[in-house]
Amino acid sequence: MKQTTLHEVHERAGGKLIEFGGWHMPVQYGPILDEVRCVRERVGLFDLGHMGRVFFGGPDAVAFLDRLVTNWVGHIPVGSIRYAVLCREDGNALDDLLVYREEQGVYAVINASNTEADLAWMRAHTGELDVTIEDRTEATAMLALQGPCSQEVLSRVAPDCDLAGLGYYKFTRGVVCGLDTHISRTGYTGEDGFELSFPAAEAPRVWAALIAAGAPEGLRPIGLGARDVLRLEAGMALYGHELDGEHNPVEAGLGFAISFKAEKGDWIGREALAAVKAAPTKKLMGVTTPGPRIPRQGQRLFRGEEEVGYVCSGAPSPTLETNIASVYLGLDAAEPGTALEVDFKGKRQPCTVQALPFFSRTRK
Amino acid sequence: MRPDDRKYAQSHEWVKPDGDTMLIGITDFAVQELSNGNDSDLVYCDLPEEGRTVGAGETFGEIESVKAVSDLNSPVAGEIVEINSAIEEHLEILASDPWNQGWLVRIKPTSKSLDGLLSAEEYEKLLAASS
Repeated sequence: MKQTTLHEVHERAGGKLIEFGGWHMPVQYGPILDEVRCVRERVGLFDLGHMGRVFFGGPDAVAFLDRLVTNWVGHIPVGSIRYAVLCREDGNALDDLLVYREEQGVYAVINASNTEADLAWMRAHTGELDVTIEDRTEATAMLALQGPCSQEVLSRVAPDCDLAGLGYYKFTRGVVCGLDTHISRTGYTGEDGFELSFPAAEAPRVWAALIAAGAPEGLRPIGLGARDVLRLEAGMALYGHELDGEHNPVEAGLGFAISFKAEKGDWIGREALAAVKAAPTKKLMGVTTPGPRIPRQGQRLFRGEEEVGYVCSGAPSPTLETNIASVYLGLDAAEPGTALEVDFKGKRQPCTVQALPFFSRTRK
Repeated sequence: MRPDDRKYAQSHEWVKPDGDTMLIGITDFAVQELSNGNDSDLVYCDLPEEGRTVGAGETFGEIESVKAVSDLNSPVAGEIVEINSAIEEHLEILASDPWNQGWLVRIKPTSKSLDGLLSAEEYEKLLAASS
């Protein structure tokens, strides 16, 4: 199993480490739901060293990505970031990613579990294009600082950065703890926050500095367990749950990340997704359930005796104070407010359909 | 040393003779694995109806934490004659006292024999070997 340069730091902090995407990563340091509340109310620090980080260089880098991913990369202003999906010809997802348009090339953050397969797919599809693909995952560290106090905490170790001027889904380079750092205003929690990337060997020092800088706000290290609850509350897809080789981004509600514009040119999966868009058969929605049990991936949903869908992800939501789940539903069962039941090995528990996201900080 | 007044299953349940019946629970190790040491991470325990019969090794319920669901397996065959309904509302009992107050079901066994189950010493060896 791979380890980030923070492995020892997590063990010393009492982190419970598990295998995730081929990496040994902290799932939690304390109670998962306390970690969720810490990020929603204050600020939390995450080790994202397992996420794949790839740089695309060469004159055709933008054209190359426009051939491979759903969003229109050529239309992203330099310094901005967009979410996109990497699809097969059949429109189903190989991965989802963030695409950063740099002055000289394109940077992307992909899922740990898919990094190897993505790189192989990308290298097999360069064709006649002049593009270089550089895997920077192991050379760099990636941390996330997430929560309403993020900017205040980060400013203490990055006094010369104009953090207030860095808009959502924008990135820049700046000095953090004395290090030249790739700083983006992004995250996977539904909160304000930043993601930081810098040379891997420096991670223990930066981590310790951020823990100390955030002490007045009660900053805590946060594991992957809370990260999963936070992203589900915020209605964000997780590869392997809402999106995978059996699911496409149209039915996953990711239309905002798909460009059918002629200027983008043709791309892998375009034709298949245009067909799905014209005639979708299911829709990703949320359900809340007042019952004691948490819906889990693969469980089936019923309206009376009729099976109408299945669960992708479920969690207890400390923010909504109820159990929540993302679900795929047939279109006639997907209206918010529809009363359904989740099947727990023959025992039914009522749930109610609702729109995603469950939580939005801009719509509090 | 874990209590030696009872036997243990490899799937981390214990069974303790109590007169004509037997009590079944889960070990401190099982609780720790489920909750990662944080009892507030336990969210639900599904126990069977009284009167249900189960076979040895058969699943009689489920226990659920924030991250995972695990089967509860009966180490012995018999009829469930009582469930500890306090557990369903107070999962923290499983963390504070898995050996006594934390029993899950009382079973009327079809046989008194506990052959094939592990002694406390054997169970500890199993844990030591797997860690």
